[in-house]
Amino acid sequence: MWGGRKLSSSGSRFFGVFGSGRRGTQTERPPPTSSAVYSKNQLNWTLQTKPGVFGEYRTMWFKSCRTFSCLNRMKIYRYLWTRLYSTSQTTVDSSEVKTFLALAHKWWDEQGVYAPLHSMNDLRVPFIRDNLLKTVPNHQLGKPLSGMRILDVGCGGGLLAEPLGRLGASVLGLDPVTENIKTAQCHKSFDPVLDKRIEYRACSLEEIVEETAETFDAVVASEVVEHVTDLETFLQCCCQVLKPGGSLFITTINKTQLSYALGIVFSEQIAGIVPKGTHTWEKFVSPENLESILESNGLSVQTVTGMLYNPFSGYWHWSENTSLNYAAHAMKSRVQEHPVSAEPVSKGEPEDLRANACPNPVVHEEPKK
Amino acid sequence: MAARLAGSRWAAGPVAVGRGSLVSRQRWSVPSADTLYDVVVSGGGLVGAAMACALGHDIHFRDKKILLLEAGPKKVLEKLSETYSNRVSSISPGSATLLSSFGAWDHICNMRYRGFRRMQVWDACSEALIMFDKDNLDDMGYIVENDVIMHALTKQLEAVSDRVTVLYRSKAVGYTWPCLFPMADSSPWVHITLGDGSTLQTKLLIGADGHNSGVRQSAGIQNVSWNYDQSAVVATLHLSEATENNVAWQRFLPSGPIAVLPLSDSLSSLVWSTSHEHAAELVSMDEEKFVDAINSAFWSDINHTDFIDSAGTLLQYAVALLKPTRVSARQLPPSVAKVDAKSRVLFPLGLGHAAEYVRPRVALIGDAAHRVHPLAGQGVNMGFGDISSLVHHLSTAAFNGKDLGSMSHLTSYETERQRHNTALLAATDLLKRLYSTSTTPLVLLRTWGLQATNAISPLKAQIMAFASK
Repeated sequence: MWGGRKLSSSGSRFFGVFGSGRRGTQTERPPPTSSAVYSKNQLNWTLQTKPGVFGEYRTMWFKSCRTFSCLNRMKIYRYLWTRLYSTSQTTVDSSEVKTFLALAHKWWDEQGVYAPLHSMNDLRVPFIRDNLLKTVPNHQLGKPLSGMRILDVGCGGGLLAEPLGRLGASVLGLDPVTENIKTAQCHKSFDPVLDKRIEYRACSLEEIVEETAETFDAVVASEVVEHVTDLETFLQCCCQVLKPGGSLFITTINKTQLSYALGIVFSEQIAGIVPKGTHTWEKFVSPENLESILESNGLSVQTVTGMLYNPFSGYWHWSENTSLNYAAHAMKSRVQEHPVSAEPVSKGEPEDLRANACPNPVVHEEPKK
Repeated sequence: MAARLAGSRWAAGPVAVGRGSLVSRQRWSVPSADTLYDVVVSGGGLVGAAMACALGHDIHFRDKKILLLEAGPKKVLEKLSETYSNRVSSISPGSATLLSSFGAWDHICNMRYRGFRRMQVWDACSEALIMFDKDNLDDMGYIVENDVIMHALTKQLEAVSDRVTVLYRSKAVGYTWPCLFPMADSSPWVHITLGDGSTLQTKLLIGADGHNSGVRQSAGIQNVSWNYDQSAVVATLHLSEATENNVAWQRFLPSGPIAVLPLSDSLSSLVWSTSHEHAAELVSMDEEKFVDAINSAFWSDINHTDFIDSAGTLLQYAVALLKPTRVSARQLPPSVAKVDAKSRVLFPLGLGHAAEYVRPRVALIGDAAHRVHPLAGQGVNMGFGDISSLVHHLSTAAFNGKDLGSMSHLTSYETERQRHNTALLAATDLLKRLYSTSTTPLVLLRTWGLQATNAISPLKAQIMAFASK
C-alpha cells in the first residue's frame, strides 16, 4: 500500500514536470517502473494531482528537457527506496502519514515542481492587491487587505491564500482534493496569525454557493479555469458569491497557436515528452471567450494582461502579449442585476457525461479519453 | 535525496547537503502568538540596532513583530559628556540617508558630529598624494562617536516599541534550523534558545552579531578570514591650534596607515594601524612621546628615496603639462599638541567574508558577513549598506504578502550586497598590501598610480561615489 502510494506520487511529479497534465493518457501509460502497483492506486494518484497547476508546466518544457535525465534517475532511486520501505512499513496509518508528508513537501518546496507557482505570486499577489486597493479609499498600513473577504477557488496547498492572508484579508480556500486541503491546513497552522485569517474547505464551489451568496469582496481562480468542464457554470458561481462591486481575478492559459505549438506540438510530437493524442488544449480559454462569458454574467472586465514565464530565471514577467498565460480582473456591477445565463458563447467540447457523475460537476476528477 | 538535489535547479544545491546534516529534527509544538516573531535580530550593536530600527519604521512592517537581542545593557546617554569618546565612525552620506530615513540622524545632529569636506591621502615613501574633495560645499562624510549613534538608535527604537521588542542582557545560546525539506509535522521556523533557557521562534533571523558571529557559525556558513599583522591604535587628539578642521588625513607608512579625522575645531580622532608590537608600545609610552610619534609619522620624510622622488616629480611635470589648470594643492596636516588621557586603546585587525550571506530564514549583515581593514573607513558603512538593501527587499516582500524567510528575496539581497562588498574588501586588502612595502618597484608603481588617479577627475569621482554609498 505504502509503496504504491509513494510510487504514484512520484508518478504525478514526473508528469507534472513534463508539462502534460493529461490524466487520460497518464492512466493509460503509467510510468514503466511502477506499472504493477500503479493500477491499484489509480484513485489515490488522481486525488494527489492538483487540477490547477498543469497549465503552466506547458511553458516549462524548456526546463523539462534539461532535467529529463535527472528526473529519470530520480524515479529509479525513488523506486528502490520505496521498495525497501514497503517491506517494513505496512500499516495503513503510517502510509497515510508518509503520503501526506510527501505531499506537503511538494507544495511548499519553493524550488520543487511547484516553483513556477511560488514565483507567480510575485505577479498575482500585487495584481490582486493593487486592484483591490483601487476600490477602497484608504487602507491600513501593514495589512492593506484587512477587512476584505476573499475566496480562493482551487487553492491547492494554499500557495496564494497565505500571502493574501498575510496582507490582512480573511481568506476561504476551496479545493476538491482533500489531501491538498490537509497540506494547506497543516502549513498555516504553524503561523497563529494566518491560522485565524484563513479557512480551508475540501469541497467544490457549487457546494458553497448557496450559503455564501454575495459574501466575498473578491474571488480568485488562479490556474483553474482551464481545468473546469463547464466554464459558464463555474463563472456564474463565482459571480454569485461576489458582493456587488466585488472583484473576480483569473489567471489562466490562452487558446492560441503558440500555446498549441509550445505545449502540444513540441512536447508531444517533436520532443515526445508528452504522450500523443491528448486534447487538453481544447480546454484552454481565450481572453475573448472568457470576457464574453464574464460580461454575460454581469461582470465587467477591467484588465487583461499577459504573463510570461522565463524557465531559465524562474521568474514571471508582465507582458503585453496574452498569447500564452494571462491574468484578468473583472468587477461585478454595483447595481443589482439578475443576469440570465446567456446561451453558450462557445463550447470547448461536448460535455463529458462521466464528469457530471462526479461529486464535483465542475472540476474534472475523472480521466478523459 | 541525492537525486532530488541533482534535479534541482537550485544553485546552492550541493551546499545544501551540508545544510541537511546540520538539521536536528525535533518536534515542536505549534507556537503561540507570543513566542513567534516575524524577524529576530541577533546582536544589538550599531548595525543590529539600526536594522531593527529601520524595520520598525518601515510602513509595510506595521503589522509585524520584531525582536532585537542584545547581550549588553541598555545604553542611554543621560547627558553628553564633555570629552569625546575614542570610538568613532566615519559615516558616509549614504549611511546618513539611511539613518535619517528613520529619524536617527536628527538626534545625531542635535548632539554632536563633524562633517569633513576633503580627504587627503598620501604616501610616506614619496610625494605622491591623492586629494578627494567636492566642488560644492557638500560634506564627504561625517565623523560621529559610536555612543552618539547608539543613543540615537536607542531613542528611535523606543519610538516603535509597539512593534520592536528589545531584550537587553539576553543572548542566544542555541539555534535550531528548520528542516531543509519541510515535513508536515516539523516547525518551519528558526528556534532560538536564550541564555535563561526560554525559547522563541522566528520566521527570519538576522545575524548582526559581529565578526565572530554565532549565527553564522551555527548555520554552518563558511567564512574566509585572516588576521592582519596589524593592530589599530585609537585616541582622541588635541591640535596645536584651532582650525577649520574639515579634512580627513591619512598617510600610508610602511608599517600601516595612520589617519586623523576631525571631531571639532581643535580635536581630532586618531586611527593608527601598525604592527602589534609597535601598537602595544604606542599605547604604553608616555603621552609626550606618543604625540611626537604621531607628528613625526605625518611629517617625516625618512622613507623617501631620491629615485622615487625624481620619478614622481617627472610624472607630476607631465601631468601639469597635459592639464595645466589642476588646482588641488597639497595641504599640510595639523600638528598635534596633546592626547586625551586614557583615550588610547588598541584592537587587532583582520579581514573576513562569509561565503553566503543568506540561508533559508537567515540573513547576515554587518561584520557577521564581512570584516574590513579600517583604512577606507568603510566598516560600518558596509553594514548600513546591507541594512538599506535588506530592508528594501524585506519591505517589498512584506507588501507582497511573502514569507519573510523565503530565499527568493533573500538571494536578491545577497547578490546585491556581495557585488558591492567583495569589491570593497578586495580593494582595501590590495591597498593595505600595496602600501605595506617599501620595495622600490612597488613604491614607484603606487606613486605613479596614485598620481595618475589623482589627475583623472572622472576616476576620482567614481571612487568617491562608490565610497559614499
